[in-house]
Amino acid sequence: MSLYGPLWLSAQLAAVTTVILILLGTPLSWWLARTSTRWKPLVQAIVDMPIVLPPTVLGFYLLILLGPRGAIGSWWVSLTDSALTFSFAGLVIASCVYSLPFAVQPMQNAFEDLPERVLERAWTLGASKLDAFFSVAVPLSMRGFVSAAVLSFAHTLGEFGVVLMVGGNIPGETRVVSIAIYDHVESLDYAAAHRLSLLLLVFAFAVLFAMFALNQRWSRR
Amino acid sequence: MIRLRHKVNKGDFVLDIDTEIPDTGITGVFGESGSGKTTLLRCIAGLEGGDGPPVHRRDVGYVFQQPTLFSHLDVRGNLDYGARRARSHRVEGTHVIDMLELGTLLDRRVETLSGGEAQRVAIAAALMRSPDLVLMDEPLASLDRRRKDELLPYFDRLHDELSVPVVYVSHDIEEVSRLCDHLVVLEKGAVVADGSLFDVLSRVDVPLLAGRNAGVVLWATPVDHEYGLTKFDFGDGDIWVPGEFPADNVPMRLRIAATDVSIMRERPEQTTILNVLRSTVEEIHRVDAARALVRLVVGNQSLLAQVTNRSVARLQLGEGDRVFAQLKSVTVRH
Repeated sequence: MSLYGPLWLSAQLAAVTTVILILLGTPLSWWLARTSTRWKPLVQAIVDMPIVLPPTVLGFYLLILLGPRGAIGSWWVSLTDSALTFSFAGLVIASCVYSLPFAVQPMQNAFEDLPERVLERAWTLGASKLDAFFSVAVPLSMRGFVSAAVLSFAHTLGEFGVVLMVGGNIPGETRVVSIAIYDHVESLDYAAAHRLSLLLLVFAFAVLFAMFALNQRWSRR
Repeated sequence: MIRLRHKVNKGDFVLDIDTEIPDTGITGVFGESGSGKTTLLRCIAGLEGGDGPPVHRRDVGYVFQQPTLFSHLDVRGNLDYGARRARSHRVEGTHVIDMLELGTLLDRRVETLSGGEAQRVAIAAALMRSPDLVLMDEPLASLDRRRKDELLPYFDRLHDELSVPVVYVSHDIEEVSRLCDHLVVLEKGAVVADGSLFDVLSRVDVPLLAGRNAGVVLWATPVDHEYGLTKFDFGDGDIWVPGEFPADNVPMRLRIAATDVSIMRERPEQTTILNVLRSTVEEIHRVDAARALVRLVVGNQSLLAQVTNRSVARLQLGEGDRVFAQLKSVTVRH
């Protein structure tokens, strides 16, 4: 349990984050793909910032924001009587911010590739805008959704800096696999570090390989 | 009648239309590119123009120039899409599938369809939605000549069997002459002529209907055969056309282009031209410096002849003159 516990925790964190990001990222990327407002570059820049920011910078600001005296943290304390920082819930919020661009970009690309005419056809066939979104836009953008889910999941699984800043290293609560590997190396337990690292390596490869293989099959169709 | 009343201002282009079209048959909207044909269709559908109910509550079927079927569904799924959302049932699904001969395509993936097949599916899908009005935006323009010829007979069937009125946008006068019953001519966002196909096509004063677009359509019945020719009776005379058309009393459309009609003062005694019709000059309209359009009447029918102003002067042609019209060629449709 102690060796694979962090792996399980990481998987849970990645799964929860992925679900939240798909739910929140879908309307956001739809809006980004179709809007012509002059605010778009601003929103796009904010969404994509985690790609270029050092995780420690992001983690630092999140630590302040989520801390008991931060804007979100204090509200959370008054609501639940517990702190957001160094908790699983805090990690989920941090991961969502950190992985947001990895969910939004593939979905936004897929929505942008969708010809306006396809939607117009759906409307003229009697579909409301919402109906057309779910019956036409979503199935035709499936590639984008799969990519978004895979990248969000894998990226959350691999995060280190932000987790360390916001979550610390509490077994069963915030000690995710990347932190555990770092710990094992620190304590010179290379065997344990090897076992976890190899698992992540194989997983990362398998997921990306499966995604690209799927993409190739889809584009050939 | 259906009232079409639309006003759109796009800055450099203004569409301002207020006209009525019949609630049966096919109405052609004819114009050059940029005349506002597509904008008019999009306004009727609610895709442009702003006011009015949202697109999905307008009960119009829309056939786009490019078929753009839903690639995540097979042919059957594409047809069901509109059918499931239909709010009335004036169009029978099985009839649509028969009419467009889609029975064998139902289980095909849409990527495996040819351009013509895809357009047939797109038309069927629009009909399955059971619309009150079908809008077609140059449905043949994206196809090559051969595919177009393959598809045209299906439009003939739609014309004969469909009870839903159709608005058919085209810049091809031959397509319009073949398929439409009523014609609206657009120029720079405004209606410059409208009325029954026969009336509009016999006008000489519509600039867009000059040159190679000028020509009339006659209804005529094949009645006799000789030397591999068919004799057509158009009520006020006969026209001979090469080819054996079944003499089954079903009237067909004959298109006679104005450039194929010449005018003579005396009946030509020795000519290889098959058709010479005694007619009266009704109207002479100067098209430009060189050319004039002459409307001739044969009984109750009109013919157009495109001639030079020089010939008009040399023959001293005037309204009311009795002349002979020579028809160089005639196209039979339907």
